[in-house]
Amino acid sequence: MNTNMAVCIAVIAKENYPLYIRSVPTQNELKFHYTVHTSLDVVEEKISAVGKALGDQRELYLGLLYPTEDYKVYGYVTNSKVKFVIVVDSSNTSLRDNEIRSMFRKLHNSFTDVMCNPFHNPGDTIQSKAFDGIVSGMMVQTA
Amino acid sequence: THMAGQEEKPIIYTMENKPIVTCAGDQALFTSLYTSLAQQLPREPMEWRRTYGRAPKMILLEANFVQFKEELLPKEGNKALLTFPFLHIYWTDCCDTEMYKSSVKEDMMRWQNSLRTHGSSDWVIIVVETNDTKKKNKTNILPRSSIVDKIRSDFCNKQSDRCVVLSDPLKDSSRSQESWNSLLLKLRTLLLMSFTKNLGRFEDEMRTLREKRTQPGWSFCEYFMVQEELAFVFEMLQQFEDALVQYDELDALFTQYVLNFGAGDTANWLGSFCAPVRNWSGLLLRRPIDMEKRDSIQRGEASLLDLRSYLFSRQCTLLIFLQRPWEVTQRALELLHNCVQELRLLEVQVLEGALDCWVFLSCLEVLHRIEGCCDPAQLAANCSHTVGLWAAAHTGTVHHGVPEPSGLDFTLHFNSLQSPYKKLKEALSSVEAFERHYLELSHAAMEMYQAIGRLRSARLVGKSLAEFYMRKGDPERAETFLQEALKSYVSEGWSLPVTHTRRQVAECQKLLSKTEDYLQTSALLAGDVNLTTDERKHFCQEILSFTGKSGDQSHKVTLSMGVFAQLTQLKFHPAAASVHSGAVLQVELTLRCLMPVSVRIQQLVASIHFEVDHGGTHGRSKGAQRRTHPGTVVFRQSNSSAGPPSSAGAGPSLELDEIQDRSPSDNSLNSTGVICKNTHLLMRRHDSNSPPDTPNCISPPTVGIKEGAQMLKVQDVTLEPGNNSITFTAPPGTYTLRQLCATVGEVQFILPHIYPSAQYEVYSQEPQLTVEPLSEPLLAGLPQKVKFTLLTGHYTVKKGDALQLSNTETMPILPSTSCTARISSPTSELVGESTLSIQSSEKVTSISLPPAPPYHTLEFQLEVLCIIPSGADRPANERLTNGEVRHRPRSYSHPDTPMTAIDQRMSIDCPWSIYSTLLALTFYIPFKTKHSLLSAGNRKYIQVCVQNVSDVNFALAEVKLTEKQHASLELQSLNTKTQQLLCCKHSVFCLWEVRWKDDLPSCLQCVFSANFSPLSQDISAYKPFHYQFQLERVTTLYSVKAEIFPPAGEQRCRSGVLCGLEVCITRLTEPAEGEIAEDSKTETDGPKTTKLMYEVADSSSNWAVCGKSSGMVLMPMTANATHKVQIEVMPLFAGHLPFPKIKVLKYLPHTAAVAIQPDPDSCVENDSLSLLDKTLDDQGDTASIRSRGSVHSVGSGDQQQKGVAMPRLEPFSPGQVFNHSHACQVLVLPATDDHIMEVNAT
Repeated sequence: MNTNMAVCIAVIAKENYPLYIRSVPTQNELKFHYTVHTSLDVVEEKISAVGKALGDQRELYLGLLYPTEDYKVYGYVTNSKVKFVIVVDSSNTSLRDNEIRSMFRKLHNSFTDVMCNPFHNPGDTIQSKAFDGIVSGMMVQTA
Repeated sequence: THMAGQEEKPIIYTMENKPIVTCAGDQALFTSLYTSLAQQLPREPMEWRRTYGRAPKMILLEANFVQFKEELLPKEGNKALLTFPFLHIYWTDCCDTEMYKSSVKEDMMRWQNSLRTHGSSDWVIIVVETNDTKKKNKTNILPRSSIVDKIRSDFCNKQSDRCVVLSDPLKDSSRSQESWNSLLLKLRTLLLMSFTKNLGRFEDEMRTLREKRTQPGWSFCEYFMVQEELAFVFEMLQQFEDALVQYDELDALFTQYVLNFGAGDTANWLGSFCAPVRNWSGLLLRRPIDMEKRDSIQRGEASLLDLRSYLFSRQCTLLIFLQRPWEVTQRALELLHNCVQELRLLEVQVLEGALDCWVFLSCLEVLHRIEGCCDPAQLAANCSHTVGLWAAAHTGTVHHGVPEPSGLDFTLHFNSLQSPYKKLKEALSSVEAFERHYLELSHAAMEMYQAIGRLRSARLVGKSLAEFYMRKGDPERAETFLQEALKSYVSEGWSLPVTHTRRQVAECQKLLSKTEDYLQTSALLAGDVNLTTDERKHFCQEILSFTGKSGDQSHKVTLSMGVFAQLTQLKFHPAAASVHSGAVLQVELTLRCLMPVSVRIQQLVASIHFEVDHGGTHGRSKGAQRRTHPGTVVFRQSNSSAGPPSSAGAGPSLELDEIQDRSPSDNSLNSTGVICKNTHLLMRRHDSNSPPDTPNCISPPTVGIKEGAQMLKVQDVTLEPGNNSITFTAPPGTYTLRQLCATVGEVQFILPHIYPSAQYEVYSQEPQLTVEPLSEPLLAGLPQKVKFTLLTGHYTVKKGDALQLSNTETMPILPSTSCTARISSPTSELVGESTLSIQSSEKVTSISLPPAPPYHTLEFQLEVLCIIPSGADRPANERLTNGEVRHRPRSYSHPDTPMTAIDQRMSIDCPWSIYSTLLALTFYIPFKTKHSLLSAGNRKYIQVCVQNVSDVNFALAEVKLTEKQHASLELQSLNTKTQQLLCCKHSVFCLWEVRWKDDLPSCLQCVFSANFSPLSQDISAYKPFHYQFQLERVTTLYSVKAEIFPPAGEQRCRSGVLCGLEVCITRLTEPAEGEIAEDSKTETDGPKTTKLMYEVADSSSNWAVCGKSSGMVLMPMTANATHKVQIEVMPLFAGHLPFPKIKVLKYLPHTAAVAIQPDPDSCVENDSLSLLDKTLDDQGDTASIRSRGSVHSVGSGDQQQKGVAMPRLEPFSPGQVFNHSHACQVLVLPATDDHIMEVNAT
């Protein structure tokens, strides 16, 4: 198995609507939508807490947002307040914090590339093959 | 009591545990000192230096003093630390040497020996010294020191500090206090030394044990007990942080093993934890140590839940000691998730529901424990963790499955009647109670979430609550929660949750018989692309089957259009959205139907609103359709059901205008800015939570279609899925489209506002007549075609209707044989053609029009000729047929073209109006003509220059010059060609010699005429062209002759050497009449003379004039009178130098009246020049003097005329003075020959 094993990856706009959300197709997509949406509560909480503390020198990686019985939800927020959420299966114990960080970093880089595309209208949902590819690489492969 | 207690139970697992210190020797003595000792020992902290680089700590030392017994000493291999005696004290107050020798020493020896056998080196001997003892045994008194010395020498080999003296311990003296202090310090030091040594040894052993964990037979439980022992000691020493570290290490170690197990790396000892879960009694946090679970761990019989529970309870206890209760909740949540995960990893068999019970009980237990030890403020600050627990408790309950809680096989050990158990027991006892508990928990969780601002989480709990209510058959309550959740998903644009929740809402609404709401929701779902086609069809069918019901006609359900179809585009045909009442204006709507199947609509209605204000401004489209694509309004969609509510995609666009604030006084700019004109629309979006243009899922629109409004209607349309085009025909008037309504049976879909607004206009139009050139520019002098266009408007052109054109001389209408009129329809289709009959009378040209229907266009062409004004003469004002004064068309120069323009006006009487229509055409004169008089002595020549300033090439023929007044005058043409090419931007010069018999008239009235035609056309197309001009003072009065003489004795002039200039002015003619009259005023008697002024001026600086360069000459006014003037000049250069210019001017003495020449154009300026401010070098040019007079304005001219008479100079007209030596040159040699010219050849 690949070391990168997310079950759901989502990019959420500043205004909190999903720009991109993909989950492992065999699993309940709707459940992930609910999970990611609910995680925004914690993201917002963390952003406001961090914002007060450090001003502009803040860490983009928000860490584990919250665990549920089945999943661990990690968050990351760009300086333009675009949120990345990665959901990992709780049983997947091989993932370390550093690996999650590097996943987010990869995601952020690819997202930046999407934004640099002059034909992409910021605020639109992401429809980029390159981005899809990066996300696919991080997702659990279902044979 | 302490001593007594010791014997019964050596190990007490309570907080009263203290390090054990044994006391041997004189028990009575110790008992007397015990209280003070136990009190004073922990009074002052000691610094505890730690091994392994751990930070030193201040520590308060307590001790449990017990009587020394051999059994207390640890046997080999005993790992118990808690019962480990850290220090051994021997008490004695012996001061008698004999007694010491006889008994005490022996006792000490025994004590020492047993210590040594058990390898304990932490001991001290305390010698108590009192005055009483001294007094009692006065006889055998030895110095105290000797006993101490003896003891030291006997026992304390090199450690003299192992024997301490305590003086007068029961007295309240400074000496006694001092002695106490030193004793206490000693005891503390020794205790710490012992801790460091023994704990260090213990830790080393523990580590060794841990290193063996890969060996077979290693047991985690065994190791657990060992490390916990260390934790206990730290706890005993009140080093809770260190104690917690021990448990955390154990926790991590265990977790790692479970993870390794998951990765396939099995440890044997894990087997016991894989046993099926038989006990799920939850966490127990009330007691510091759950002995039951500890025992089971010690026996290696603990289940995973047991171990986790025990470990957590210990951690919880320590965290509470550390006053970090919120960490308990956080860890609890992790623990709960973790345990569930670990059970899964270890594939432990768990009875269905057991885990949920455990989670539920544990949550409640944690909450209960935390609430008990936290103040409310602290609780609120950290409730984000707590709320997680509530939520977990809540989910735990959900997992139970509501219908059959009694189906579980409960073997719970309800041995304690603590509240979580009571609750669970009660909850599981009956369905009702369970539900009550469930609701209680859910609401608590929701409230907590809301309180801390986690609204999304609260709504998710609310949603599951709604699902519960739905199962309970209470859709009313369910709907409230669902709507709440739906609203948040809609507003944040999460389409999948929206669809899911909306389906649940639909279910509620159906159950509640909320017909309108249900239909609205159904419509939204029918158009929801997240659903399968079958599902969408189902919801669409729900609507259609409702519409099919033959219900009460009065009860119509009104729904928002947006859920059913979207108006995407509105298009006007024609695009101007403005037609006259005879034409057809069509409004084409593009409706995107969101339904999955085609839907038949009985009626589609667009209501329109009459605009009163815009009645007069027809022909202009207004509103949004003007902006980018004329006639098309594109409606942006606010994606209501799915997709991102991106700021760009929704809501009206900004309408911005620039504003400038200018100062009223000088119009300077004070400020400038941009204002938004539609703030009221934009701001509303932000203020309220539900955007106005989002088809609201919560409440259907209450706006119905306005009654009595005018409508555009179409009947029986079938809307296919996707885009549909519907066309309306617009009735006359100016209307704004307001609403749209589609009727399907009993259901009306209404779009309450069409925004951006679209307006159209069907108007009535007056007939319009325009005349425009067929080709630009219209050239004067040639027949030109002009196009007459008549828009008939509402007027019907009848047979016999005619246009009456007032004729003008300057622009006759040329009769033409075939003049046809074209009649075309408003859509520019040719309807008919007919020949026009044109009748011209003297004053009027009448054009009979063919009959034409209203709102048609009638076009015909006429040929007109604009006669080029010949220049000089000016016809008297004429009167037009309608009595209006005709102004002579004045020519003017046009900025865009070098040609002179003439505006030619036309007055046309039209049958539909009593007023004449005035139209103007602008013609351009293709030529510019100039003339000049040339002289050669007495002979005169006239030159005419015709310049073609147009873009057309012309042929010029029959060039002629005539003089009107003097028959005797002969003008002999010197032009050789009869026909000449005159290309554009080129000029043709013509020359005539003037011949006369008797006298040359002083004034000549000349007419230049020529025929011209565009080069491409034949001879018949030649048109005449006239140019009139007048020449005055033609006769040559004087001839001027100059000669330059070299200096005396020289052959040639030399540069730098003075030479003579002789100017000879000769009168050629007898005085003319006008001249006499002028001069007779000045010289009343004596010979008739006139004064001339001469001037030698060398503009090119070739000559230096020495002495006077100008002077006055008195000329007799007789023929051949000559005057010679000698002037010395010096050439400045060598070579052929032109003669210096010699000018001759009329000198008018101050008495002479100002000769005002009557100017034909009434220009009041005169030609007089002031002596003072006029340079006189350009008057000889061929242009007429008059033109100069009209151009310049001498600054002092006005003053002169007002009476201050000054001598004046007046130039002669060209031709009056003939200069013989005009272009003569003289050869000037260089000054000397020996000038060296340097030539460099390279």
